[in-house]
Amino acid sequence: MANETPVSIKVNGKEEQRDVEPRLLLAHFLREDLGLTGTHIGCDTTQCGACTVLIDGKSVKACTVFAVQADGSEVTTIEGVGAEGELHPVQEGFWEEHGLQCGYCTPGMIMSGIHLLNENKNPSEQEIREGISGNFCRCTGYQHIVNAIQYAAKKG
Amino acid sequence: MLPQTDYVKASSVAHALDMLHQYGTGAAILAGGTDLIVDMRERRREPTMLVDISSVEELAEIDVGTGNIRIGAGVTVAGLAGSAIVQHQLPLVTEVTRHFADYLTRNRATIGGNLANASPGADLVPPLLALNASVVLATAQGERTVDLNDFLVGPRRTLLLWNELVRAIHIPTPVPRGQAYEKLGLRTGGAIAVVSCAVSMDQAGGECRRVRIGLGAVAPRAFRSSEAEQIMEGHMFSSDIAARAAEAAANSSQPISDVRGSAEYRHAMVRALVERALHAAYERSSEPQE
Ligand SMILES: Cc1cc2nc3c(=O)[nH]c(=O)nc-3n(C[C@H](O)[C@H](O)[C@H](O)COP(=O)(O)OP(=O)(O)OC[C@H]3O[C@@H](n4cnc5c(N)ncnc54)[C@H](O)[C@@H]3O)c2cc1C
Ligand code: FES
Ligand code: FES
Repeated sequence: MANETPVSIKVNGKEEQRDVEPRLLLAHFLREDLGLTGTHIGCDTTQCGACTVLIDGKSVKACTVFAVQADGSEVTTIEGVGAEGELHPVQEGFWEEHGLQCGYCTPGMIMSGIHLLNENKNPSEQEIREGISGNFCRCTGYQHIVNAIQYAAKKG
Repeated sequence: MLPQTDYVKASSVAHALDMLHQYGTGAAILAGGTDLIVDMRERRREPTMLVDISSVEELAEIDVGTGNIRIGAGVTVAGLAGSAIVQHQLPLVTEVTRHFADYLTRNRATIGGNLANASPGADLVPPLLALNASVVLATAQGERTVDLNDFLVGPRRTLLLWNELVRAIHIPTPVPRGQAYEKLGLRTGGAIAVVSCAVSMDQAGGECRRVRIGLGAVAPRAFRSSEAEQIMEGHMFSSDIAARAAEAAANSSQPISDVRGSAEYRHAMVRALVERALHAAYERSSEPQE
């Protein structure tokens, strides 16, 4: 393959080293090179937020960042959140408050929820709605997602 | 798959400029990528070399200089939103960040990218025009400073040379206290502007001073309506004069009809938004602090 560049990215705490083409998007790197298919791809237009991950703690659309740009950074995907039998408070909120139907948007929603609560421990309903405005859900009508994030905020 | 390209992560401004010089017109600067990666996916652009400036720390600073506030071109919209300097002195810019895209995009999109991309609807442009901003451009040979108003040439066209980058945006101080922003989109969150309008002004005993009105999305490029500014400048504020200035602003725009609205609708909305922003800016204004 032409012009591959070595990258070293800490994904969910584990150092991953690969040679990648510069045009490879982070979302594809995560899904295809690392097999982390929890990061979804829902559009081809940088609109839907299904691909949301954290780079150095900040929520971004992984379909609109090149993998080479994340070289030297820490990336957190849904697989790096919580553990079996030990859900992250935001995951627990989605469970308790029925925050999903088909589940396609859910990993992205959870990553945005985590970023929001990192920046603002006690968001108002309006702030939660703004915080997830980059994440589209075609099923729930959002109310239960908002409830799920409120649940997590209360749990602290 | 996106088009094949080479890539370099610039470690400094000097490094980025060297790379631009070396790779010539096939090279493109990559900042947040929220315009460029989208364009590459659509094959509207196929650069052969990406010069990534998103890790260059010297581009990510905001500081207060003598006679100006300096914002590095690599500051993200989230960085602007969170900056105490911006909140205190440039509330107009803080207001814009609240209407800009969504949280995910704000974490990547930069001010330099917004200006260099020069979309007629770029949201940061009208406020920066109203704040009389200038743009510091750098090549490997040196720097030049140009008025933002001159920097913007037309839709997606600027004064930038092939081997040049936007290094910083300078906003002269003292900044007028009276600042207001109005954006109309088709929905409340993250929509492309149908019309956007930014006003800054001072007053002296009710007389309007240093009135600047920036308009976006209603002409091939964002612009200042000097016709409307002149109606206000040096006159006592009144509802009548604000209405006349708003009418002049609407007449100075050249809106088009598209999926987001007809030209007539935009014309009417410029009038309404400018009038509203003038009232709000006047209420927040105070004596100039020379
Ligand atoms: C979902 C979505 C929503 C959006 N919403 C909005 C919105 O509400 N308002 C709005 O105004 N825009 C919006 N945009 C457009 C985009 O996010 C902005 O224009 C953004 O500021 C571009 O900055 P960037 O750092 O991502 O630029 P990039 O995509 O990295 O670059 C854009 C262009 O500028 C050039 N460039 C970048 N930095 C420099 C520099 N320092 N010197 C010289 N050239 C440079 C690049 O070569 C490229 O040509 C949206 C985009 C998306 C995908
Ligand atoms: S996949 Fe839709 S925004 Fe990334
Ligand atoms: S649960 Fe189906 S898209 Fe959100």
